[in-house]
Amino acid sequence: MSHVREPNGRVAVWTEDRRRSDEGGQRLKAARRQAGQTLHAEWTKLRTLASTGWLLLAAAALTIAVSTAADAAATCPSGGCQADPAKLSLTGVQAGQAIVDVIAVPAVSNEYSTGMVRVTLTAMPRRLTVLAAKAALIAGLVLAAGAVAVLASVLAGRLILPGHGFTPAHGYPPLSLGNGPELRAACGSVLYLALIALLSLGIATAVRESAVAIGLVLGLLYLFPVVTSVVSNQHWQRHLEQIGPMSAGLYIQATANLSSLPLTPWQGLGVLALWAAGALTIGALIFRFRDA
Amino acid sequence: MTTVTPYRSTAREARDGFGQVLHAEWTKFRTVRGWVIGMILAVLVTAGLGVFLARASSPSCSSQTSSGQQGPVQHGAACGGPVYTVGPGGTLVQDEFYFVRQPLAGNGSITVRMTSLTELGREEVNGQLAGSLLVPWSKAGIIIKDGTSQGSAYAAMMATGGNGVRMQWNYTGDTPGLPGAVSAASPRWLRLTRDGDTITGYDSADGTHWTQVGTVALAGLPSTVQAGLFVNSPLYRTYSSSLGTGNVSDSPTEATGVFDHVSRTGTWPASAWTGTSIGGEDLGVAQGERGYQQVADRFTVTGSGDIAPLIAGALNGGPNITVRDYLLGTFAGLIAVAVVAAMFMTAEYRRGLIRTTLTASPDRGRVLAAKAIVIGSAAFVAGLAAAAGAVLIGTDIAHSNGTDLFPEPWPTELRIIAGTAALVAVAAVFTLAVATMVRRSGSAILIVIVAIVIPFVLSAPPGIPTGLTDWLLRITPAAAFALQQPAPQYYQVQANYMPSSGYFPLAPWTGFAVLCGWTALALVGAAYLLRRRDA
Repeated sequence: MSHVREPNGRVAVWTEDRRRSDEGGQRLKAARRQAGQTLHAEWTKLRTLASTGWLLLAAAALTIAVSTAADAAATCPSGGCQADPAKLSLTGVQAGQAIVDVIAVPAVSNEYSTGMVRVTLTAMPRRLTVLAAKAALIAGLVLAAGAVAVLASVLAGRLILPGHGFTPAHGYPPLSLGNGPELRAACGSVLYLALIALLSLGIATAVRESAVAIGLVLGLLYLFPVVTSVVSNQHWQRHLEQIGPMSAGLYIQATANLSSLPLTPWQGLGVLALWAAGALTIGALIFRFRDA
Repeated sequence: MTTVTPYRSTAREARDGFGQVLHAEWTKFRTVRGWVIGMILAVLVTAGLGVFLARASSPSCSSQTSSGQQGPVQHGAACGGPVYTVGPGGTLVQDEFYFVRQPLAGNGSITVRMTSLTELGREEVNGQLAGSLLVPWSKAGIIIKDGTSQGSAYAAMMATGGNGVRMQWNYTGDTPGLPGAVSAASPRWLRLTRDGDTITGYDSADGTHWTQVGTVALAGLPSTVQAGLFVNSPLYRTYSSSLGTGNVSDSPTEATGVFDHVSRTGTWPASAWTGTSIGGEDLGVAQGERGYQQVADRFTVTGSGDIAPLIAGALNGGPNITVRDYLLGTFAGLIAVAVVAAMFMTAEYRRGLIRTTLTASPDRGRVLAAKAIVIGSAAFVAGLAAAAGAVLIGTDIAHSNGTDLFPEPWPTELRIIAGTAALVAVAAVFTLAVATMVRRSGSAILIVIVAIVIPFVLSAPPGIPTGLTDWLLRITPAAAFALQQPAPQYYQVQANYMPSSGYFPLAPWTGFAVLCGWTALALVGAAYLLRRRDA
């Protein structure tokens, strides 16, 4: 039993029980404060990096530009076409993801290239909290930029596609986010970009060198669609499409012929989420146990 | 008294030439383990993917299905194994037409007047009658041919559905004659003369004023040849793509040509004309519909099929697989090489080595040139090993498991392999120049990937409008992937000439020139900034 004089002069009798609960609360509060501080520190680092803003802008711009160019190049002749206008108007996501990858990678690799990581980990020794803060901030930023890019792409599709034969007469009402499948394609594309950012962050944490991380992520993403395009064995083709982070993840953009896909749109996005979770887990383990 | 001689090193004075800079840069490259591993990885990834693709694209009966397909496709590559007709010079050809013929002994000529060429197609294509769409390369005219076997040498003068009068020979040769369609109001007179191995074609609008269209030598033509009237009409094909898969839909068509004023010179030993259907058992057109009628001097001939080279690549009539398919992993190897090339420059800045480098060799342009030569040569060797591995091992696998692989003439195969190496080498120099300008490896890699890899990746699978991919493959450095085009694009044959089937909007070396142009620009910018900027 310990006696502590409280500010008002009374002597409080602290039971073991009370002290333990108080320590627990203090610890929780401290952890919360630390997490908040970590988040704030990471936000300051990202915010003051000149490239972050430009790259977010570039990712949105490239997505919108490629989507618009694809809309403008598409035609739907009077005989009918088998195109999926929602997917077509979101083509730019396939190019924009390259820049999203580059937004996520420097958040980790810059720490190593400048030696900043030693200061970071001295100030915030909980490594997993640091990584979680980075992941949360980057995902948030990419979600915001992705939402802008996807909305503008859908708008471009809505304005351009009817002029290229995608008219109600050919069975294509104008794109609208009021329709379930199109809303799914749009929201899913935003989530897709955020998951790509998390996948990149995980790989960057594991390999540390920015050029290598960027090359690895983009090689991994683009490999599956390119390879499956010439694999004529349909058994192989289906399997490759199912496991590829980009080919499966982009199923979320499909609004037509869903029955011909090897996975449902949400399952496809789930495959990408598994890739991202796997990469983050490996990155976190390496980050946790490796010398900085 | 002793004199003190100042110390002088006994080592020979080092020379200060370009060779030394080159040697220094080579030593830097060679001794960084990660970079050498990166180069080896590039070879393994590209060649390994080639081997995987060769195995994964082994023949399977279901591979021929394409959902919108109507009518039989002229694949010849059913599960029983492909049987293709080989033309003069080893090209794979299609040789199917209706032939109204007589033997011609020795030299001589044949002249006809054509008054009509119409389509008889009656198959539905996307809800429209194919008959209302005149196939632009349906052909009717006169031909001199080395016998009646498929794939034998020939020369022909013809009217076409939409391309005027042409002279064609040996499947790939084509020269235009009089423009415009043939009709009773504007008939077309055609003449072929044979003199030894030489065949000359003439056309005329009135039968009195003749123009020579072309003259060709058909090596080894026998003294007695088959000569006469012919008609053919190729498949009407439409292409569509959705969700990353391409579809082809084919309809057989038939054309009918009307001929009169048939006149001949020379020795024609047979007493009458013989009608023969050359090939065409699998055209999907009833045999009875092809044939000819002769009323006095007037011949009405109906035929189907095509006399043309087979087009390789996915969704075309020829073999579906080409060695280019085994090289699709080039882009992955290119990423690895680009990472090494970028770091070859940015590591100098990261470690502060650039100050030592520029102290030792103050001519900054020379340092850049030495680095470009070292990384370019290393990338060329890696690219050569990767491409040769992918193509040679892939071909070997294809032969052993019976894949329907397009046979490549050796000069084309050499161009594809050496061209891939050149593409990787110049792309590495491009990356080095970009990295010199931006000085950060991440940004350099991003620029190179957006400029080279993404245009290629967007165009490789079908599904993205060709208007966009054509444009990207013309102006971006990715145009150099045209070096991997496996077969020429014949304008006189309608086919799926899309990047997803291996055909590029620019000719191979023109595409390479686009990459070289971008690289030269980047090098100029890099040299300028390297000189101007503080290290």
